Amino acid sequence: MTDLTINGAPHSVDVPAETPLLWVLRDVLGMTGTKFGCGIAQCGACTVHLEGVAVRSCQLAVGDVGTQAITTIEGIGATPEGTKIQKAWLDLEVIQCGYCQPGQIMSAAALLAANPAPDDADIDAAMAGNLCRCGTYVRIREGIKHAARS
Amino acid sequence: MRHDPENTRLGRPVLTRRSLLRGGAAFVGGLVIGIELPMRVARADEPAPAGAPLNAFVHVPAEGPVRLIMPAVEMGQGVYTSQAMCLAEELDITLDQIVAVHAPADQAKYGNPLFVVQATGGSTTTMAWTEPLRKAGATARALLVAAAAAEGGVDPAGLVTDKGIVTDPASGRTWTYGALADRAAVLPPPAEVTLKSPDQFRLIGTPAHRIDTPDKATGKTVYGIDVIRPGMAFAALMASPVIGGTVAHVDEAPALVQPGVRQVVVLDDLVAVVADNTWAAQQGLAALKVDWSPGPNATLTQAQLWADIETASKGPGVAAQKQGDALAKLGEGTLFEATYELPFLAHTPMEPMNCTVHVQDGACEVWVGTQVPGFSQMGAAKVLGIDPSKVTINNHIIGGGFGRRLEADYVVTATRIAAKVDGPVKVIWSREEDIKQDIFRPLYHDRLKARVENGRITAWHHRVTGASILARWLPPAFKDGIDGDAVDGAIDPPYAVGDILVEYIRHESVVPVGFWRGVGPNSSVFSIESFLDRIARNTSVDPVAFRRGLLADNPRALGVLNAATAKAGWGTPAPASRFGARTGRGVALMHAFGSYLACIADIAVSDQGDVRVTRIVVAADVGRVINPDTVVAQIQGGVTFGITTVLHDKVTIADGRVEQSNFHDYRLIRIDEMPAIEVELVASTEKPGGIGEPGTVIVQPAVANAIFAATGVQLTRMPVDAALLAKAV
Amino acid sequence: MRKRTVLLSLAGILVVVGVAALGVIGWMVFQPGPYGFATGTPVALAEDARPSPTGVPAELAGADQPTRAAYITRMADCEACHTAKGGQPFAGGRPFVLPFGTIYTPNITPDPETGIGKWTDAQFLDAVHRGIAPDGSRYYPAFPYPSYTMLTDADALAIKAYLFALAPVKQPNRPNSFAFPFNQRWLMAIWATLFNSDTRFEPVPEQSPEWNRGAYLVEAAGHCGECHTPRNLMQAMDQRRKFAGGVAEGWNAYNISSDGVSGIGDWSVEQLTAYLAAGHATGRGVASGPMGEAVALSLSQLVPSDIQAIVTYLKSVPPVASNLPRLAGPAPATPQVAGLDNPLGQRMFEGNCASCHAWSGAGAVREQAGLTGVRAVNDPSGANVALMVLNGSGPLAATHPYMPGFGRAYSDAEVAAVANYVTARFGSEASTLTAADIARFRHLE
Repeated sequence: MTDLTINGAPHSVDVPAETPLLWVLRDVLGMTGTKFGCGIAQCGACTVHLEGVAVRSCQLAVGDVGTQAITTIEGIGATPEGTKIQKAWLDLEVIQCGYCQPGQIMSAAALLAANPAPDDADIDAAMAGNLCRCGTYVRIREGIKHAARS
Repeated sequence: MRHDPENTRLGRPVLTRRSLLRGGAAFVGGLVIGIELPMRVARADEPAPAGAPLNAFVHVPAEGPVRLIMPAVEMGQGVYTSQAMCLAEELDITLDQIVAVHAPADQAKYGNPLFVVQATGGSTTTMAWTEPLRKAGATARALLVAAAAAEGGVDPAGLVTDKGIVTDPASGRTWTYGALADRAAVLPPPAEVTLKSPDQFRLIGTPAHRIDTPDKATGKTVYGIDVIRPGMAFAALMASPVIGGTVAHVDEAPALVQPGVRQVVVLDDLVAVVADNTWAAQQGLAALKVDWSPGPNATLTQAQLWADIETASKGPGVAAQKQGDALAKLGEGTLFEATYELPFLAHTPMEPMNCTVHVQDGACEVWVGTQVPGFSQMGAAKVLGIDPSKVTINNHIIGGGFGRRLEADYVVTATRIAAKVDGPVKVIWSREEDIKQDIFRPLYHDRLKARVENGRITAWHHRVTGASILARWLPPAFKDGIDGDAVDGAIDPPYAVGDILVEYIRHESVVPVGFWRGVGPNSSVFSIESFLDRIARNTSVDPVAFRRGLLADNPRALGVLNAATAKAGWGTPAPASRFGARTGRGVALMHAFGSYLACIADIAVSDQGDVRVTRIVVAADVGRVINPDTVVAQIQGGVTFGITTVLHDKVTIADGRVEQSNFHDYRLIRIDEMPAIEVELVASTEKPGGIGEPGTVIVQPAVANAIFAATGVQLTRMPVDAALLAKAV
Repeated sequence: MRKRTVLLSLAGILVVVGVAALGVIGWMVFQPGPYGFATGTPVALAEDARPSPTGVPAELAGADQPTRAAYITRMADCEACHTAKGGQPFAGGRPFVLPFGTIYTPNITPDPETGIGKWTDAQFLDAVHRGIAPDGSRYYPAFPYPSYTMLTDADALAIKAYLFALAPVKQPNRPNSFAFPFNQRWLMAIWATLFNSDTRFEPVPEQSPEWNRGAYLVEAAGHCGECHTPRNLMQAMDQRRKFAGGVAEGWNAYNISSDGVSGIGDWSVEQLTAYLAAGHATGRGVASGPMGEAVALSLSQLVPSDIQAIVTYLKSVPPVASNLPRLAGPAPATPQVAGLDNPLGQRMFEGNCASCHAWSGAGAVREQAGLTGVRAVNDPSGANVALMVLNGSGPLAATHPYMPGFGRAYSDAEVAAVANYVTARFGSEASTLTAADIARFRHLE
């Protein structure tokens, strides 16, 4: 059994240690807010926080998590940055199909936590790993700035 | 504060969206409270009172939100909000008082008025559904008013409605819609209803926040891929890497020893591994040893496909539009000719193809996100040899469609697998399979010829060569050898072009093709707009001035052209850029999907030939607007999609196989490559047009024309090839 | 008179040049043997009374013949070169782009027409030991027979037995594209006379059995020097600079001598063992390109005692310094770094690379994705980094993540920029690759 702490709550899962956290969240624990997009860390849809740092859960073996705290889209609203980003996303209507947005919000929240006033280059550096096919990038950029000002 | 059953159940404090939007109290007494938003799109897993059906679109329960049935599915384009606005407008309720519900498969009730079949696509939702939904809202309101009038013994004409309440001003008596619903539902609907005049609108035309996004921001939205059924298994699949290939032999043993693997399913053309979770299924699939019979396409190459369409383009065509005698006129005078080619493209919605199916007792239940619930129902029924009525389609919010989910192939495939599995099974395509087994945007080959006299075009010949998607997808729509989609944008160009002949040459290959954001106009508009710039350059005329000269009789087109050029500062040089010494500004104009758009693109080209788009300006006349912010968002998104298309996208075939597989080799633009996108909506009271696709269409030729201006090299085969634009050393 | 003086002068020059040339060639020919560095005097195999260091390891002594033959074939790693990308194993067709043209490996499945199905044992030994084809023509030393010549007859014929047990694949060989004079195969007879010892492995009695086993695995079967030893003007391995680094298909095959800075002198036994057996050692990166194939198809399939023997032998190879810098230390974790002005490279990195490698270069969630401390990143040529960006790397195992290749969708300028960015940010010295360099790398395939 592997013990995990997700959004502050303890969970125990019985899967091979190499299983990516993504599939543990989605298929074992039923926490489907974290999305599968590519499986090779090229799209960012599966982004979660590991001790507050945005990481791609499709690459993270559940056996490597250890005692590090996991935060997902289901729990990010309980952090000040997560709340700000979610509110900004709705204020500016960033979201279209929304499938990539849990990952976008997780990356943006981590950025804001590390850097309360990011400039365009900071936003590029933090967000370029998150693809959006609908094309919401211009609003994502505005959303982060809006959240930073709030 | 609005009552929300889920939040109450979880015992969590509730902040309404409204309070949030006012800048509400995210911090209360220093305590951080997570955002909790009211549900306004029905969640699949939550039982709710069905409500009394006043018609196919409005169901009113005794308590709680009015249920609005959404004929067109939400895939990001904002139609759950705009459709709800149309219904709510006439029904006199607010968007806080509704829940949007996915329509079931039912062509009679929910067939798209423009397609007949139940489909969401072609940027048609607003065009097709605005009037029917307003009528449905008005009819439901009339029934509720009639029920109130009967109960109060008063003249219905004297009753007023607002925010879900019928009021008799004379007596002051009020009824909630919920209290009237059961009685209203059994009254005969009125034969005629009067719709509001635009000056009475409270919702239509005002910027409304979307009803689907709160759940999306918190990870609560259940997409098809998120469905969980009791006892569900998970499947990963791999189809023949060579188009048209089949399974020759499978050694199942290495897969079956993988932890969590339950079963291997072998079909003619694909194999699937069923397991306890998706990862285990993927591991099993990787371990499986499959020998494929490549079949007849094993030597097919992209070069051959290009050569074949080129050859076909010289064959006989069918006239799709003919006025005057263009061919005769083209025999004399200044003649221009050019050919433009567009590649195969994949859709790559961020939600990969997936479908959950449970086959049991001669029936089948499907959980999926689809643009075509009816086709999905028929497809599953055909696989199982059962009546379509035995197939239940549970539709979901879609994580990106772009035309991919106008096909039911993935429902069919999942059903074929599920037929061999005991219990429900969720089939998820890996991204690699999603791309390699896509139904691609067809190759297009457009050849244009024009005669130009005194700055005017006097004869015009446009030959469109490409596959017919309609002939397969909606056979009755393929008439007289003409695919109306393939020539959309080519016939009736916005310009005065004199005698015109537009021909269509149907050319099929073995590569499966389907609709793709922008559809036919992608090639037509790209070709026409590129061709006009070539003529303008060769006759030393400013490209905008040249177009204006051809638009004297088309005020809406001229209007957007003038708006865009004014906003962009046409006439001034494109600004210097750190991305490249060669900079350029390009223009494009279109009329398709019932909308008019003009686009100005600024670009920079590096010495090595890499192109960077630095600024996009779009002016759009989309007729009467339902939700202005959504129109802007769709243009921004469409433009972004189109920049990817012109700069990066192509699917190529080698040895009968799709060469691309994931986002490392099928490249999507990232946020750090984005230009500013400025959108201006030109006010209009014309019939509403579509806006999901035009942004994609219009930006491609604008960028190509800017590259042409910067380098003198015209892009004749998409996408940009840096080698052709590299500065000669 | 004047004419005669000129003639005499010319003759003099020719003599001087000739003597000098002979001297140079002699210098190249009369060089130490592959393990001439070792203390002791090699003796014929039969003269060493200890168990033979050839054949299969003790663990497989009791195995059946097919198992042993398969193991010896893995030791010699025939499959990597004799398999085209996506092609049938051992059916040949893999291109090697050399300065003189492109050569394609032949089909060595037992198909009688297109493969080696008609070969006799003697013909097979002639090929493997002497570079002579059944028709008497000569192979180019791209075929590593100067190493394989050290294989015992029994081991070479075990490989033949393994190959002959494969299913025949009908796949005609592709002719090479060498131009004159390199298309003159008879010249290779002279080359072989000078540079192929045509001598079977000779153990060194003064060295341990483990060392001798390692020498046999490294020099004869594994033919490590073919890539890792620099070549002289005549394209023979320069044993005086043994393992100081060479080139394989555009990849730098790094210095694997014991030099502490440029070689593997400061690698621990554990690191070397892990790298060889599993393709990855903590802090040392992942075997990629041809080395990745060598691990996947050969080294990872060897028993632990054989890996240990290889490590023992490699550790004994004397240090030869080459022109590689000391490895750089940790990199900053923040995206923006003062003095690193490569916006295109940074754009590439932030979009495509940072998700796995992290801004610190330490690997976001996988140590295997670490960049700092990796030799390829600390190689100012940037070649291996660029080739990994183009072609990808891995996976090490089905369950492990891998790096995809970005070559198909990204331009030469973009690939050059990100390689230069990575070497600057995480390495000790920035590479200065250009788009033209990347275009050249693309043509290596």
